[in-house]
Amino acid sequence: MKNITAPFDKETVRSLHAGDTVRITGTIYTARDAAHKRICEAIAAGTPLPFDLAGAVIYYVGPTPPRPGQVIGAAGPTTSGRMDAYAPTLMAEGLSGMIGKGERLPSVIEAMKAHTAVYLAATGGAGALLSHCIKQSEVIAYEDLGTEAVRRLYVEDFPATVVIDCYGENLYRTAPEKYRR
Amino acid sequence: MREISVDLIRDAVAALAVKANTVVDARVEEALKTARQREESPVGREILDQLLQNAEIARATATPICQDTGLAVVFVRVGQDVHLTGGSLEDAVNQGVAKGYTDGYLRKSVVRDPLDRINTKDNTPAIIHYEIVPGDELTITVAPKGIGSENMSRLYMLKPSQGAEGIRQAVLQTVREAGSNACPPLVIGVGVGGNFEKCALLAKRALLRPLGEPSPDPAWAAMERDLLNAVNDLGIGPQGLGGRVTALGLAIETYPTHIGGLPVAVNINCHVARHETVSL
Ligand code: SF4
Repeated sequence: MKNITAPFDKETVRSLHAGDTVRITGTIYTARDAAHKRICEAIAAGTPLPFDLAGAVIYYVGPTPPRPGQVIGAAGPTTSGRMDAYAPTLMAEGLSGMIGKGERLPSVIEAMKAHTAVYLAATGGAGALLSHCIKQSEVIAYEDLGTEAVRRLYVEDFPATVVIDCYGENLYRTAPEKYRR
Repeated sequence: MREISVDLIRDAVAALAVKANTVVDARVEEALKTARQREESPVGREILDQLLQNAEIARATATPICQDTGLAVVFVRVGQDVHLTGGSLEDAVNQGVAKGYTDGYLRKSVVRDPLDRINTKDNTPAIIHYEIVPGDELTITVAPKGIGSENMSRLYMLKPSQGAEGIRQAVLQTVREAGSNACPPLVIGVGVGGNFEKCALLAKRALLRPLGEPSPDPAWAAMERDLLNAVNDLGIGPQGLGGRVTALGLAIETYPTHIGGLPVAVNINCHVARHETVSL
């Protein structure tokens, strides 16, 4: 088990290897497909971005509404593949970490190697548990997108597994081999 | 003739939607505990621990088990001696869904048109399956279904000559393609027979069977066991990160079919295998 701090500096990213289990503490941002599309449009147009991408970690999540008194509702990962078309553009601007679930395209893995970024999986179906690791949540952009708006989160001991590291090692490819009969 | 007010149906649907989304099915929780014992992968064990902890937190705080609180799939079995009063059955079911998803702080994930993608904001309409049966009871099952696992479900129109081996390959191929996307450990519903749409509905109904309960037909029960073992031998493991536990259960529902066909549907579900029932 490794404790790491977000945003991720390049040294942190290089220290992570496929198969590591980690606990993340620090500031991360939420974005799904609709928000990614707008961020990429802003990059292309040179207009201001909702947050600084240098070293940033994005969590692919669309939470349920919080009950009164809760910081956020259930907040487990969504399928990362839907962000594949946009992720390389964000990495070129400094994005260092992505948290989601499911496979990534080879083009995303190549961008991770080129820009020193890491991909982690949070547990799909553990939305209530992950919600408890989120201590602060604030919508900072694209409020009209509802559950897909961009939020700044402060997380403590957020559990995740390194699936694809910045060297291109992919646990989804290597691990099932070991347990196949 | 027995009279049932549609208001009762609305309130029942609302309550079932909230319960299904916040309380992990007791059999699923048991199965997760057993799976935790036999999982060989350390990462897999860690994930199963998280799912068990998640179930406790969800129950204690009425937080949804998963943020994808799904499309509301509703099965309504109406006794033919029931007379519904006070309005339309379909409206009552949809009002119940809207109430449950709004008052229960569940996520609204329905768009009104597949292309314009505008959110209906109350998770309606539900997907409703009606059945008319003898008697004067009305039974409602609410089975919210997430899209991550639904997207990985498949329908195959096999040739009769492909037989049992064809069914086996269809199931294994579907699970392999699903990989990590459907949040394993999975619960798998298989439909065999009927025609194109009947087969898909059989697979969906197979997901309603209490987890672990075998088919009443011994031959199909044997195939369920065999397929579950074969699925677990794929090594996909919890969350696709490798391990011996890829699925917690597999149920097959069958129906007579045409001399020229062998339809097979595989409806993939995750451990958030939600279905709650009430009889009025
Ligand atoms: S597949 Fe299941 S656990 Fe995964 S996100 Fe969808 S509903 Fe949640």
